[in-house]
Parts: sequence; structure tokens; C-alpha cells
Amino acid sequence: MLTAFTGVIRRDLLLAMRNRADVLASVFFFIIVAALAPLGLGPEPAMLRTIGPGMLWIAALLASMLALGRLFAQDYADGTLEQMLLSPEPTGVLVAGKIVAHWLTCGVPLIVLSPLLALQFGLPAEQVTVLMASLLLGTPILSLIGAIGAALTLGVRGGGVLVALLVLPLYIPVLIFGAGAAVAQDPQAHLLLLGGLLAGALALAPWATAEALRIALE
Amino acid sequence: MTLQALDLCCVRGERRLFKGLAFSLEAGQALRVRGANGSGKTSLLRTLAGLAQAESGEVRWRGRGIAACRDEYYSQMIYLGHAPAVKDELLAWENLVYAARLQGRIMARADAEQSLKALGLGRAAQLPARSLSQGQRKRLSLARLHGAEGEAAPLWILDEPFNALDQDAVAVLCAALDQHFARGGMLVYTTHQDLPLHPAQALEVNLDRAGGAASVATATASAADAATGAAAAAPKQAPC
Repeated sequence: MLTAFTGVIRRDLLLAMRNRADVLASVFFFIIVAALAPLGLGPEPAMLRTIGPGMLWIAALLASMLALGRLFAQDYADGTLEQMLLSPEPTGVLVAGKIVAHWLTCGVPLIVLSPLLALQFGLPAEQVTVLMASLLLGTPILSLIGAIGAALTLGVRGGGVLVALLVLPLYIPVLIFGAGAAVAQDPQAHLLLLGGLLAGALALAPWATAEALRIALE
Repeated sequence: MTLQALDLCCVRGERRLFKGLAFSLEAGQALRVRGANGSGKTSLLRTLAGLAQAESGEVRWRGRGIAACRDEYYSQMIYLGHAPAVKDELLAWENLVYAARLQGRIMARADAEQSLKALGLGRAAQLPARSLSQGQRKRLSLARLHGAEGEAAPLWILDEPFNALDQDAVAVLCAALDQHFARGGMLVYTTHQDLPLHPAQALEVNLDRAGGAASVATATASAADAATGAAAAAPKQAPC
């Protein structure tokens, strides 16, 4: 089971390495949105400090959603997905591998870049730490929930818009607690709630995604 | 070791493709699915592989429904469909290695290269799959069968395995299939070509019968031999 799980992760990371432009697109999107916001909103330091965490979270959420279309589309088109469903290994485990790889390529770069972009908003150091912690807990949830949406809209024309409609309502709690953590007096409650959401998504999303894929391929 | 289909009925959209399809495939036997384009050959194969649900009826492996013994069935069955499941960005040998890992098997690079060599892709093993021709991609996809020979995969379900292959590759594949039969392996396949295969017994399903009721027949030895002669004399390219 571990063989298949790590195999999927390694394969997807290798594919991402060889298709760097695809991965960089969503990272650049994140940077551009976060970098343009202070320019568009004016140089008022107090205001920038208040909206900073929210802006970064919105940018991260949209960047993560932008990458969802790629999650299964390629595997679906070239028949690899068929072979994944026919593997003796549980489909949920293989799907979990794909989600981990997606997070490593689309979530982790955002977390790493966030302190740099937080400078633009003049966020103090302790707030940056909390922001990074909330992104660390939150971006995997975005990947997990997004995978369900991506699987449900597989092979549907105009799937991109449909994914946004399906997934955005489920992203909202993550956005509220994630962005809230960085501006709250005591961020612990927000982070605990994010942790709870992550635990729930981890337990349910891979299996829900596997079922959705089975329906999509029928 | 038996693959059984019980009273299978398949509906796609408004159309009923076939109904009342039943057969039983034993070790060493081959089942050829015949029918015109759009008659439901691929649907039948996907149903047998468990990728599609039959409207009614059941597919059984060793006497149990394939949904009930999913893990066991999928570790003993290989399905190769129309889509080659080949990643353009990966090298040919990497494709094989990662395909094996998806199945939970670890394959060494040397083994993968050996499999590719057997199918005439010796030098192409180091190339990205993107730069392979259509026929070479098909060979790469079929190399999975070679890799699985040592493993316990007695049932092969192949959808048009001979498409896009040149004569040499067809000969290699036929030899591999005959070896598979000799080991007691089973084969369900579709093709528009007549090929010299030598299973213990050759069964046929024809999906073209009016009314959608499919018939199963045992291809007689003489007919098979005649087909062998014809195929050897003039291999036909499948119209697709």
C-alpha cells in the first residue's frame, strides 16, 4: 500500500518537475495578486496591516483553486486514471497520494512565499508566524476539498467554472478561520478549528474523491 | 479459475447494446468479442473489468462477484483499453516503473528495460514517451503484459491490442499470447484482424445479432486454422 502511495507522489512530483510552467503559473498568480493589492489599495500602513492576512489568504485560495483543473484531467485523458481504479490497491490511497503531491507543488510554495509577501503589508513578525501556521493547516484542506470538486467535474465541459461553484462554499469556513487567525487577539481557537477541519477532510476527502472518480469513469 | 458472465445486459443512453449475454471462460481459453463499430465491444470489456456497471446480470471471478472480491480480482487481471495510459513527460522505462508501482509492485529499471527490449523498444527506452510514434506507444502500453508475466495475472482483457502495430510487433504479441495460454492464462479481446492464436479453446461472442441478444459460439478448429492461413497470407489493417 505504501509502495503505491509513495509511487503516486513521486510520479506526480516528477511530472511537475518536467512541467514546471504549469506549477509556476499558480505560484505567480499568488505573487501577482498579493503584490498588486498594496499598490491598488494605497499606502496607508494601518489599513494594509488590517487587510494583509485576508488578502494573502484570498490569493492563496484562488491560486490553489486555479491548479485544481490539472489534478485529474491529464490522468483522465491518457487512461492512467482507469489503471488507478483497476489497481488492487485501495483507490482512496492512490487518490491521497495525488492530493499530497498537489499540495506539495501548489500549497507549500505559497506557505514559503507568504512571509516575503507579508512584508509588503507591513505585518509584524508574530503575525507572520501565525499566518504561516494558518496556511500550513489550511492549504491541505483546500487541496483535499478541491480534489472532490475536481473529480466530480471530470470530463464535464466548462468544468472550471463548475469546480469553483462546487468548491467555494466549502472553502469559506477555511478562509474565515485562516484569515481570522492572523488578526485575532488569541489565534489558538482559530488554529484549533482549522486543525479540526483538516482532520475531517483528511479522513473523508480521499474516499469521496475515489467514489467521484469511479462515477466519472463509468 | 473461471471468469463467468451471467445474463449481462448493457444499456448506454437510450440504446440497449446487448442483453442475456452469458459465457464461462476457463484457464487457457480465449474469448474474442466480435461486432461492428459501436456494437458495444468496449462496453462489454469495461463491464468485465469492473469499470462500468451492467444494467443487470453479474460478472464472476472464481465463483464470486467481482465487486465482492475486488482486491483479488484486480491483482489477477490486467485491462488495457484504448487509452494507452502513457505519460508524455516520462521516459519510456519510467512509464513502466511507475505503472507497476500504481499496482503496488516495485519494478527495477533493468526489468523495465528488459520488457521494452522484448517488444523492440530497446533504444527507445531512454526516450520521453512524447517522442514515440503511435505504434511505439502501443508497444510501450503492451510492455506491461510482459512485466506481469512472472506475477499472477492469469486474466488479460485487451481492447484492440493489435491496433497501430506493425507486422513484427503483431508476431511478437501473438507469441506472447500463445505463451500466456500455455501457462493457463485467459484472454478476452477484441480485434478486427484475424490472427493466428492458439488457445486451448477459442470462444467468440458476436454482438451484431438483431434484437440485442448476444450469442456465444465456439470457434471450430478448422475455422480457426483457416483464419490463421488467411492472416498469414495477408494481414489486414483494422478499419477503425
